[in-house]
Amino acid sequence: MSEILVDIKNMTFKRNERVIYDGISLSIPKGKITAIMGPSGIGKTTLLRLIGGQIKPESGQILFDGHDIPQLSRNDLYEVRKRMSMLFQSGALFTDMSVYDNIAFPIREHTELSEDIIEKMVLMKLEAVGLRGARGLRPSELSGGMARRAALARSIALDPELILYDEPFAGQDPISMGVIVRLIQDLGQALGLTSVVVSHDVPEVMSIADYIYIIAEQKIIGQGTPEEIYRQTSPLVQQFVKGESDGPVPFHFPAAPYREELIGRGSK
Amino acid sequence: MQQLQILGHTIIGQISGLGRALLMLLSALFHMPNPRKGFPLLLNQLYSVGVLSLVIILVSGLFIGMVLALQGYTILVGYGAEASLGPMVALSLLRELGPVVSALLFAGRAGSALTAEIGLMKATEQLSSLEMMAVDPLRRVVAPRFWAGFISLPLLAAIFSAVGILGAHLVGVDWLGVDSGTFWSVMQAQVSFEKDILNGIIKSVVFAFVVTWIAVYKGYACEPTSEGISRATTSTVVQSSLLVLGLDFVLTALMFAN
Amino acid sequence: MSKKIELLVGLFAAIGIAALLMLALKVADSGISGNGNTYQLYAKFDNIGGLKVRSPIKVGGVVVGRVSDISLDSEDYTPVVTLDIYAEYNNFSEATSVSILTAGLLGEQYIGLLPGFIDVSVETLKPGDFIEDTKPALILEELIGQFLFSQGSGD
Ligand SMILES: Nc1ncnc2c1ncn2[C@@H]1O[C@H](COP(=O)(O)OP(=O)(O)OP(=O)(O)O)[C@@H](O)[C@H]1O
Ligand SMILES: [Mg+2]
Repeated sequence: MSEILVDIKNMTFKRNERVIYDGISLSIPKGKITAIMGPSGIGKTTLLRLIGGQIKPESGQILFDGHDIPQLSRNDLYEVRKRMSMLFQSGALFTDMSVYDNIAFPIREHTELSEDIIEKMVLMKLEAVGLRGARGLRPSELSGGMARRAALARSIALDPELILYDEPFAGQDPISMGVIVRLIQDLGQALGLTSVVVSHDVPEVMSIADYIYIIAEQKIIGQGTPEEIYRQTSPLVQQFVKGESDGPVPFHFPAAPYREELIGRGSK
Repeated sequence: MQQLQILGHTIIGQISGLGRALLMLLSALFHMPNPRKGFPLLLNQLYSVGVLSLVIILVSGLFIGMVLALQGYTILVGYGAEASLGPMVALSLLRELGPVVSALLFAGRAGSALTAEIGLMKATEQLSSLEMMAVDPLRRVVAPRFWAGFISLPLLAAIFSAVGILGAHLVGVDWLGVDSGTFWSVMQAQVSFEKDILNGIIKSVVFAFVVTWIAVYKGYACEPTSEGISRATTSTVVQSSLLVLGLDFVLTALMFAN
Repeated sequence: MSKKIELLVGLFAAIGIAALLMLALKVADSGISGNGNTYQLYAKFDNIGGLKVRSPIKVGGVVVGRVSDISLDSEDYTPVVTLDIYAEYNNFSEATSVSILTAGLLGEQYIGLLPGFIDVSVETLKPGDFIEDTKPALILEELIGQFLFSQGSGD
């Protein structure tokens, strides 16, 4: 494997008493697209937040280019964060400014570029996600899919070294899905950016990812290049890739057996 | 035992909450945004916190001044002391009503809005997204709002008192026939700059600090859900109102009881 | 940042400062608007009643100064009132009398000056002089007491 940008070593994370990750290790190679898949609610968003240093693990290391994220001081953490960006699952556009200003925001914050250059950069990113015509709109005037694309444009505004995409394809029609897939690919190939893509869309992920991790039950249950994943015989992995609801991967949030609960209710 | 434990738990919770609020305030204040970027932010907040509170302050100040004059006149005229209407109104406004009522109105008008706005930014992950962009939300979101509130309220309190005195002049002099010269000169003779006006300003500065601090902290620390925001907004208004009234008593005791 | 916001915030600040100025100058009359220079005269009273520092000094109802200090003479323990008189009124004769008056029955107390006649034989008061002719404050309780007493003795 090539050089590694993010290296997670034996990391354990708990929400209250519930273990989300139990000593997992994974590494994200530089300049590649790494996909993270797994059932809903398993902690994929949590993983991205851990990499971004917004929450701290119980134990273990999260190394970003040699810096151990949980150990960094506040100032160092902010320095490191300048090298990454994140597309939030909810988009998280700033509602008090227009689409244009949203995308210009990180550029204005972190560079001293003139407004002329900023305008060119912003329009370029908006064009890439097909929203150049929507630059004057407010986030509240966008559809769900448009808002996600605007957020995507914002997260790539500064072409940071590492981009964490939380479900970039959610809510997109097939055409814009294709556009986004190509955009992520281009960023990786042309600029050598490292991408981490969290997604459930198996075919899209398979088409762009260089390496895939599948997470379930607090652990990594499968990893490899797309071909390796397809070839894996593990029933867990096969169930996920093929999208079967019946199988070893539980579709439900941990709960008492359904029948028991129903009968328990009835007897009360 | 059970009750004792609950009490202890509550107290520890309160104290650690206070500690967190203090930490938040300190990091917001000591990490000021640089002036070139910070000033427009402050300006925007001065607009939404100060300018937008102006109408309610002007109207309430005017009416309270008018009511004070009306009430005061009917009492004073019984003693033939209607000449003291001016100082009575001015002193009530400068020492108490100006700082206190404008702080209460400010808590309801601007404080609740601050809490709700910051809370909603938190709930919609805008604060997280700022953090991930390496922009400290304490600097970018909390600090300008805090300063705007801290600057606005003393100005609003001064406007409140001034308008109130004008309202009293309107009722006392123009309607009830107190002599205008008497109104002003007796007032001037009794109102002292250091003792009354300065102390009133000090009060409103303290209230501004407290109300804005509570408002931004409640928003910043709220649970990021609809109920969380609504609870935080309510408790901003309730807690800052109670604290203003309590502090007012303490400050009054310190300042005017000689 | 839009021009409108800048303008409105500017207006807000201007109104706020205007309000502060009005409070400082018109409501408190903090001496900044006072007629500039003053000179001091002193007067001893037997009783100053409710006179306070900053009480006005009037001649025929016109304010000509303010009380700036009230203290007890260190030797004979009578109250000494320092009168700050506006510099433009610098021609009071030595025959001027000073009394402590009350505005209305229960109103505030102030100092009334009654300028004496001006004559070549009488000098004018110079800064730092004592006014000799003083009348103490009327104390309502004493008046009532006297009144009752005279009523009682009249029977
Ligand atoms: N703020 C929180 N407090 C407590 N528990 C939380 C919190 N946020 C998430 N969780 C829990 O952590 C688990 C992982 O959440 P996460 O958002 O990472 O899931 P996810 O894998 O991204 O799911 P999805 O695919 O639906 O987005 C969930 O089961 C959730 O219940
Ligand atoms: Mg998620």
